[in-house]
Amino acid sequence: MPHTIDDLWEMIYGNQQAMIYAGGTDVLARYRSLTSRNLICIEDIHELKEIYQQDNLIFIGSCVTHTRLLESKIIQKHLPVLIHALKVLGSPQIRNMGTIGGNICTASPAGDTLPPLYVLGAILEIRSIDSKRFTALKNFIHGPGKNSLQKDEVLYGIWINIKQDFNIHHYEKVGQRKMLAIAIASLAALLKLSESGIIEDARLAWGSVGPKTIASEKINKALIGKTLTEASLKLIVPLIREAVSPIDDIRASAHYRKMVSENLIFRLLKYGGHNND
Amino acid sequence: MIISFTLNNKVISIDVEPDKRVIDVLREDLQLTGTKEGCGSGECGACTIHVNGESRLSCLMLAAQLEGKDITTIEGISIENKMHSIQEAFIQYGAVQCGFCTPGMVMAALDLIRRNKRPSRKEIREGLSGNLCRCTGYQKIIDALEAATGATDGGGPRTMKKGEE
Repeated sequence: MPHTIDDLWEMIYGNQQAMIYAGGTDVLARYRSLTSRNLICIEDIHELKEIYQQDNLIFIGSCVTHTRLLESKIIQKHLPVLIHALKVLGSPQIRNMGTIGGNICTASPAGDTLPPLYVLGAILEIRSIDSKRFTALKNFIHGPGKNSLQKDEVLYGIWINIKQDFNIHHYEKVGQRKMLAIAIASLAALLKLSESGIIEDARLAWGSVGPKTIASEKINKALIGKTLTEASLKLIVPLIREAVSPIDDIRASAHYRKMVSENLIFRLLKYGGHNND
Repeated sequence: MIISFTLNNKVISIDVEPDKRVIDVLREDLQLTGTKEGCGSGECGACTIHVNGESRLSCLMLAAQLEGKDITTIEGISIENKMHSIQEAFIQYGAVQCGFCTPGMVMAALDLIRRNKRPSRKEIREGLSGNLCRCTGYQKIIDALEAATGATDGGGPRTMKKGEE
């Protein structure tokens, strides 16, 4: 168990086959089926547990737990869309253990933090003993359980630019029950809405309805310049149908997931118009 | 591997495989069988313990992660052999049927109360959302916690309000 990043490099250097885990809520849930117990737990590395703001950038260390994020004043103030998602992630115990870096590296199609981080344009800092690179979250995850980490690399932290003037941060997850549920479908949305109700900028991302987070420039662009009304949202339904590619599994059918993905956007109506609350 | 940590207010060192699950270390090596294993995959909360004061699942932790930590199990919450007030309330309100989920429920409840001294029924439900009970149907557990935290006068179970689940 390394306590400093240098300890970690030493461990990885001598043991590149080791599997790295943080909170263990995913890796150790598969404990009995793990083919190797060659594990390194990085949850106690101090510098990976920091949250700080540097000008317009927020840094979140990869081993920051979901509970710490929820408690963080910086995150509450600047990243409400992430807070909304964290509130419905797992259970209190899972949030006390699980980390944001783990949620990213696990690369589950249903990872609850992924759609919010996607719309926030999260940039990942990836380090090895002698290198440091930055990559956008959308380029990091290739598919279910697949990320672009090399054997000698770890996800060091996440950078988010907060100089964004979205005034609506929306997140909704549909699961089979409220808590401890794996999402059937989820939607994270950032909107910049003018006083007259015109969408000036939009970023939407869906979870659990494709091999990875689904986002489409076409959808975002189609919303810009429109008023936030049912009629204008209806116009993008075909684009959503085209963009998502859900699967049938034990939680829901592909057909149902598609339907929910479409219906989720109509929740945005609550932010528009003058007669809404 | 020798691992040293604080267990229920006592510093101990044990020789154990670093990749053994904490639930197994507690139950097999330390004979603390109050902590239960239900699902073994983080969904039921029966194995909840406190690590540095926060609730965690001992089935999803390995022995090496105990090093230097402050661990409390259900055996460590009574004071001078007197039951914790949460445990008393569970008995008084009939919140225990088979009892298997109870240690985990109590440990999760303590974490909730540490963060929120007087939780509402909704907050109690959220605080216990990581713990499954297959007997009592949760109502009595929530009643017990509501009474123990002083949110009601302890006048007994009440019915759900509209809008509650």
